[in-house]
Amino acid sequence: MIYFDRVSKVYADSSVALEDVSFSVEPGEFISFVGHSGAGKTTLVKMLLAEERPTSGAVFFESVNVHDLPLHRINHLRRKIGTVFQDFRLLPQKTAYENIAFAMEASGRPEEEIRSDVPHVLELVDLGEKMNHFPGQLSGGEQQRVAIARAIVNQPDVIIADEPTGNLDPVNTFEIVQILKKINDLGTTILLTTHNKGVIDALKKRVITMDRGHVIRDDREGRYIL
Amino acid sequence: MDWIVIKRIFRAGFLDFWRNGFVSLASILVMTVTLFVVGVTIFAGVILDSTLSDLRDKADVNVYFTTTASQGQISQLQTQVQALPQVAAVQFISSSDELATFRAKHQNDQLTLQALDELGTNPLGAVLNIKAKDISQYGAIAQFLEQQQALSANGAPSVIDKVNYFDAEHQQALTKLEDITNSAQRLGLIIIAILIFTTIAISFNTLRLAIYTSRDEIQIMRLVGAGAFYIRAPFMVEGVFYGLVAGLTTLLLFYPLTWWMGNATQDFLGGINVFSYYLSHFGLFFLAIVGTGVVLGGVASFLAVRRYLKI
Repeated sequence: MIYFDRVSKVYADSSVALEDVSFSVEPGEFISFVGHSGAGKTTLVKMLLAEERPTSGAVFFESVNVHDLPLHRINHLRRKIGTVFQDFRLLPQKTAYENIAFAMEASGRPEEEIRSDVPHVLELVDLGEKMNHFPGQLSGGEQQRVAIARAIVNQPDVIIADEPTGNLDPVNTFEIVQILKKINDLGTTILLTTHNKGVIDALKKRVITMDRGHVIRDDREGRYIL
Repeated sequence: MDWIVIKRIFRAGFLDFWRNGFVSLASILVMTVTLFVVGVTIFAGVILDSTLSDLRDKADVNVYFTTTASQGQISQLQTQVQALPQVAAVQFISSSDELATFRAKHQNDQLTLQALDELGTNPLGAVLNIKAKDISQYGAIAQFLEQQQALSANGAPSVIDKVNYFDAEHQQALTKLEDITNSAQRLGLIIIAILIFTTIAISFNTLRLAIYTSRDEIQIMRLVGAGAFYIRAPFMVEGVFYGLVAGLTTLLLFYPLTWWMGNATQDFLGGINVFSYYLSHFGLFFLAIVGTGVVLGGVASFLAVRRYLKI
């Protein structure tokens, strides 16, 4: 489904973000990327979303080199990938409902679908009661759940969660990981980047460990080893 | 494209426009000034053209015949003059018509009318009023008539008493007025060009700010896979809105202004009432002013989006 083929990224100031990185992802997998800050985890995410180009190598999504896609096709690629970030990236002047509806509108979904799917997806992340709350009225964990709801509402094939629990306390972290597991059980591929040892050890899923732009371990049922 | 997508683009464009309130206002004000000058230039052009054509219409050659000239002699000359290639029209005014006109003109001048009555006979001869095809051809027509006058003077007394024509001096004055008109229009165009540049620069920066304000929405739209057009179009709509609002404001401003100027200026502006002209040509003004506004807003937003909104 996803294949990184000897991908390197060197920035203009000669700093190396990735070097000769290769791995593949099968449909329905739950993979965690671990590593210190600056190990290259976020660069990997940006490569897959075609936000950054590799200096050498290629990134394939469903057998298509994402960096060969013309500009007008990149949005079709991004519709197949849902994203969740550490800083939630919710629009503060919109309610939970409107934040999710906004994402559906932007991907061209009709009004009836928006009206039926948004409450449903908010129920799924256990926020049905708070759909009319603004982000400022929600806790960090609740905001992240809205962000997850937004990521899954367009039914993507893959969810990328880039440090989704970085700003959360242990209870909320646990809840978010449970939601991601639930989504994965429903068949969606999950790529999770994290520093959180507890999360990795509890998941018992595949772990790719990175250090200074290299993949140093790739374990089927991994643990947090650094 | 889907109706729903168009609706969303327009709604987002309007929301951006509304949210940027005061900054939008700056763009609209400067655009209104530009469109106002465009409108004034159109009015000035119309008024000057009408004044000039009024003056051109007044140019003619009058051939005054002696009272002894026979109808046959006058008709003969009229036929000759009509055959000239430079002549557009020849009008015959009989001596009695001339007298009637003279009396009407001096109806309040009893002394002149008494003197006329005492004469007993009509002292005025018939007149041929000649219009040339072009203003520069009056000299040639007058020359022909003067030759006729000289020729007949050799034998019998000439039937032409006097030839009064639009001479070189008049023509020079008219040319000078045309030059002034052209210079005024050129100056108008230069001012418009400068204002257009200013308007585009200010609207461009307003939209740049709008794009900056909306950076979170733009980022989310990109992440969820919105198309480039869907992300960019609301800012184009916003730019077009500036033009639309500025255009309509300008049209509104012209209404009381032309009404106020209408009667006061009619007499010395070549008979044109600017208010009636504005109303009767409203469609043209709407197209020119709102059209210019929309194009200016569209160009500014196109430039801003191309420069600052990377997908």
